[in-house]
Amino acid sequence: MATLSSNLLFIAFILYLVATLFYGGSIKSKKDKNEKNGTNKWGKIAVLLTIIGFISQLGYFITRWIAAGHAPVSNMFEFTTFFGMALVGAFIVIYFIYRTTLLGLFTMPVAILVIAYASMFPRDITPLIPALQSYWLHIHVTTAAIGEAILAISFAAGLIYLVKAIDQTKSSKRTFWLELVMFSLVAVLGFVVVSSVFSGIGYHEKFNWTDKHGNQAVVEYTMPAITGPHEGELLTKDGFKPLVDMPAFINAKKMNTVVWSFIAGLILYGLIRLILRKRIAAALQPLVKNIKLDFVDEISYRSVLIGFPVFTLGALIFAMIWAQMAWSRFWGWDPKEVWALITWLFYAAFMHLRLSKGWHGEKSAWLAVIGFVIIMFNLVAVNLVIAGLHSYAG
Amino acid sequence: MKDVKCECGHVNPHGTVLCEACGKVLDEQDSKSKQLLDMRYEGSARRSQTYSKTFIDKIWNFFSSVKVGVWLIIITLLASILGTILPQEMYINLPADVYYEQEYGWFGKLYYQLGLHDLFGSWWYLLLIAMIGISLVICSLDRVVPLHKALKVQKVTRHEGFLKRQRVFGVNENVDENDFMTIKEHLKGKRYHVRVENGDLLAEKGRFSRWGPYVNHVGLIIFLLGGMLRFIPGFYVNENLWVKEGETAVVPETGEKFYLKNNQFILQHYDKDKDKTFEKAIDQAGQVVKNYQSNVVLYKRVSENLPGEERKLEKVKEYKVRVNHPISFDGYSIFQSSYRSELKAMTFLLTNKDTNQTFGEVKINLEDPKAKYDLGNGYSVRILNYFPDFEFDKNGEPSTKSRTPNNPAFVFEMSSPDKEKPETSFVAIKQTIEPFGDNTYKMAFKGINTQNVSGFTVRKDSSLWLFVLGGIIFMIGVIQGAYWNHRRIWIQKKNGQVWVAAHTNKNWYGLKRELETIFADTKLAIPEDQLQRENVDEEGV
Ligand code: HEM
Repeated sequence: MATLSSNLLFIAFILYLVATLFYGGSIKSKKDKNEKNGTNKWGKIAVLLTIIGFISQLGYFITRWIAAGHAPVSNMFEFTTFFGMALVGAFIVIYFIYRTTLLGLFTMPVAILVIAYASMFPRDITPLIPALQSYWLHIHVTTAAIGEAILAISFAAGLIYLVKAIDQTKSSKRTFWLELVMFSLVAVLGFVVVSSVFSGIGYHEKFNWTDKHGNQAVVEYTMPAITGPHEGELLTKDGFKPLVDMPAFINAKKMNTVVWSFIAGLILYGLIRLILRKRIAAALQPLVKNIKLDFVDEISYRSVLIGFPVFTLGALIFAMIWAQMAWSRFWGWDPKEVWALITWLFYAAFMHLRLSKGWHGEKSAWLAVIGFVIIMFNLVAVNLVIAGLHSYAG
Repeated sequence: MKDVKCECGHVNPHGTVLCEACGKVLDEQDSKSKQLLDMRYEGSARRSQTYSKTFIDKIWNFFSSVKVGVWLIIITLLASILGTILPQEMYINLPADVYYEQEYGWFGKLYYQLGLHDLFGSWWYLLLIAMIGISLVICSLDRVVPLHKALKVQKVTRHEGFLKRQRVFGVNENVDENDFMTIKEHLKGKRYHVRVENGDLLAEKGRFSRWGPYVNHVGLIIFLLGGMLRFIPGFYVNENLWVKEGETAVVPETGEKFYLKNNQFILQHYDKDKDKTFEKAIDQAGQVVKNYQSNVVLYKRVSENLPGEERKLEKVKEYKVRVNHPISFDGYSIFQSSYRSELKAMTFLLTNKDTNQTFGEVKINLEDPKAKYDLGNGYSVRILNYFPDFEFDKNGEPSTKSRTPNNPAFVFEMSSPDKEKPETSFVAIKQTIEPFGDNTYKMAFKGINTQNVSGFTVRKDSSLWLFVLGGIIFMIGVIQGAYWNHRRIWIQKKNGQVWVAAHTNKNWYGLKRELETIFADTKLAIPEDQLQRENVDEEGV
């Protein structure tokens, strides 16, 4: 069952990749202009592939559930994969409201990156500690992920808006920030590439080091150490000597992964720039020339409107019900909870600015981008850096 | 302040921008402008936009401003971020003044000194939340009343200026009665509520969604009220309770009415041989806990609570308290929250240091040690002093920190037939002191017995229902406001033409698509989005 499950996930992943190419094709071949009923042949195939991929991933989810005996949303790999699936699902729903394949061209790569990122974490089926043995937990986590996925669609739409609206002929603050967003996506790819390469060749090296309480400990790196641990002493013969030693309060191993991802991201980005000979956003601009700005603006806002109630229900209300059962208090100011609150407050501010201050268009698109950054921060950094009760990492 | 009478005859309150009935722009200056109308709150007279004389006006205006509201939200958001940088006080297990500096150096010290270690309990964080609450109340009142009135008294026939300056607008020259009927049918098919007066038509749907924000704000206010109630004593009970296996303890804050007996504490781990699926993960993680459980019996006291009187207990129920499965009774819930293993007894052997010969075993019950243990054949041991939780106090004297045997220490007096005077020895874990010179005998440590102690949280939360109610109302409100929208379509005869205008509070694309179906099969042109035309003009430049 577990093998079947991983195969289904793999199939889904490939289908998403192929679908993305077709989305690209559907934009390029808009020549046969029958504007009215929107989607052309390429686009139809792309959507079909997306749906089949989604069903395949749903199959992964169900089979893994059967194998584990609990909903597969209980560690970093499972949760992040589910988030990727929800992203595809949310796109399918929004597609059938607005019928634009361009949104697919921007959403699918994000979903693919999310799933690839997820696969870098241990994929073993994990047992549940007592606090996690609650169906409220599973309801909470899945609903929250779906809410976040719908909100992420507003990011994709916002990105389309910015790519179209920002003048790429001269460099400005706006081109810089937009390009930074593009770079961040490339850096995630960088993380996936270096992790896969080093785990592919089975790289390992061990260190003795001293933690912040002065205790000796051993740490095992899976990538060559650029940032070594505090007072680290290399134990592995022919291991890579760290370039810099980190102070004790920094997790040098995680830092090392970040540095590697950043370097790989820079290299990849450099290559892309070399090939394109312009900013990524500038290269994407021709793809978006046929879409109306206020149309994507509306898709973005609509996604927030649809996603916000789902997010509130999943990330706050169901979370409170579960916390009440598991820890006897529905709210404990745990970092993960606080970041859910921060996300919620942010989108509340977003809607108020839009409704009452008239922050439409570009401002709104930037807010959608910031919102996605907050969601990603909660998913990635809060789990891995600010460990708390919810932390899957430990 | 004077009310304003519109040319249509309707009397509007002072401060009205658009006549509540016909929509005419009341400000002469403004009425010349060609710009699209600002349709928020229907141009009704809001208190905050009208008065700003007295102190109360100023307060009202401050809190009714969305700008202020958004700032409050943003400040709260940023403050919350600060509270997640380092663990909050409730998650650390050392005194705060030690912990932060020790763990995080100067930064930790600063964090502690700024009071960020208890950010979410700080007065200024509470003040921020309170201000959001006040803002919610005032801004909602400021808008909902006039908005409600304006929507209620709106007439079908609208002023030309109102129609012309709607975002979606169009003019048609010749329209016959048939087209009119078709459109009416289409509108009804789309669930519009259609009103016709003097040949003019107003179709409206989803007005209730306009109340969504106000409903959700009410939900939030109720939720915040729930939080305030917690400060009333007795509304909120949150106590820890430790019960040893086999012991019965009174449940705190119940007026000594309920008692809990802990029959057994159970700790289970996943077994990788039985739980095959998890084999790899268990290998990775070492041991993974599967279950924390206390088998308990709940009793209720049936006797009077008088001093001297023996308490009589009546069994209420037996329950297996596990994480996620608390036992609940009479508004209280008892949760499994932790456990520890405690020393119960220690065993020593009276031993001759030279020959290693032993003369009997002393098993000391750490909760109730005996004064003297007779070992027969003239051997005996007396306990001169017992420190259950041993430490050296400020003066360097041995003393005990608590009654719990965390670190037991004894002063023994060992008597034997071959010694005239008994020998004295001080014995603590891993150390022995012989205060009066070298002894012949020693108390050799043999072993310990432990027992499990279950840690429970006793909770009563009388304000919980307010949070539940607030949460439900909030959800109804957001869904109402987000998943529906308020659409209106005016089709009116002006100057021998037929004017069409449409408005929605959000989701214009949806409205325009709906207009396409509504105007299908008629000679009427689908009205245009004037905003988009403007944009196109701009882009064209
Ligand atoms: C965390 C607290 C808050 C939340 C979660 C919240 C939520 C909402 C939501 C979901 C909407 C509907 C937005 C839309 O449909 O796009 C809304 C509208 C609104 N909120 Fe809030 N709100 C909060 C605080 C405030 C505060 C403090 C104020 C006061 C200044 C305020 C004033 C308004 C106003 C004036 C509207 C628009 C109503 C309308 O135009 O019909 N809100 N709020």
